[in-house]
Amino acid sequence: MGWIEDSVASVKSFKLRQALHQAVSLGMIVASALMIWKTLMCVTGSESPVVVVLSESMEPGFSRGDILFLYMSQDPIRVGEIVVYNIEGRDIPVVHRVIKVHERKDTGEVDILTKGDNNEGDDIPLYAPDQYWLHRHHIMGRAVGFLPYVGWATIIMSEKPVVKYVLISALGLLALTSND
Amino acid sequence: MHSFGYRANAFLTFAITILAVICAMASVSDYFNSPSPTSQVQVLNINWFQKKPDGDDEVSLTLNISANLQSLFTWNTKQVFVFLAAEYETPKNSLNQVSLWDGIIPSKEHAQFWIHITNKYRFIDQGSNLRGKNFNLTLHWHIMPKTGKMFADKIVMSGYRLPEVYR
Repeated sequence: MGWIEDSVASVKSFKLRQALHQAVSLGMIVASALMIWKTLMCVTGSESPVVVVLSESMEPGFSRGDILFLYMSQDPIRVGEIVVYNIEGRDIPVVHRVIKVHERKDTGEVDILTKGDNNEGDDIPLYAPDQYWLHRHHIMGRAVGFLPYVGWATIIMSEKPVVKYVLISALGLLALTSND
Repeated sequence: MHSFGYRANAFLTFAITILAVICAMASVSDYFNSPSPTSQVQVLNINWFQKKPDGDDEVSLTLNISANLQSLFTWNTKQVFVFLAAEYETPKNSLNQVSLWDGIIPSKEHAQFWIHITNKYRFIDQGSNLRGKNFNLTLHWHIMPKTGKMFADKIVMSGYRLPEVYR
């Protein structure tokens, strides 16, 4: 029974207030990050205000690892705009340029065809089977600005998950062992 | 307070903040550029003009595109993506924009050009409305910066017309 007494003693010597303080600080950091992300989503009108370029289909303009800032206004989609879209059944968003637009007079809906600058052909092979056009609801946002190289951190973390786990454990350890 | 960890953290945070500020300033410097691009497009020949088996019209054109986009380049410009689109209206569609050709201009020296080509992308209508159609040819460009905001603009050239009959 000695080990029970020992563990009870160590729990009592645990500084409860300090531990709570640390937990609250950590919670505040996580909550503020989440709030900033959600606010960005509202301001830009896009589900995903910042995306990382994953393929070379827009070279030499956008390389793998660049990040794009998206903005979705109510303005109609016009040819030449760089748009980010999702196809049903595929989870990776695609960043390509609009090369054809047909806008209906009666409903105002648009049929859109896209193509990557560095690709030979248009994006019809990427769309769902029997889909030849994109519509406005597929578009997540228009690319309005970009920063080079910054997205490599995300690519490394998603392609080698071990890096993600190592980073999070290191940060957790740092938070637990720091004195303030 | 003076451990390696604290110093490294402070240094890195400061460096990243300064880098972000410099990128933003580089982007702002693009606003001081007042570009004066010019362009001219001639339709040299209608190669063929037919109705496809699925009912949509298609036309093939030979074009002569000349432009001077040198004033668009700043020190913060990585490349300029330029493309030519045909724009027209049909009874069912208030606007149709079809890209006929595009190109990438990697530097200022290449920004004054003259090319003679057939349309790179197929000019296909949604339907059979192209006979005798008046259309505009618009030269669009997209200035892709080394960092920051992208700018896009265009020059509209009007007065083009497709033939009344298929050939």
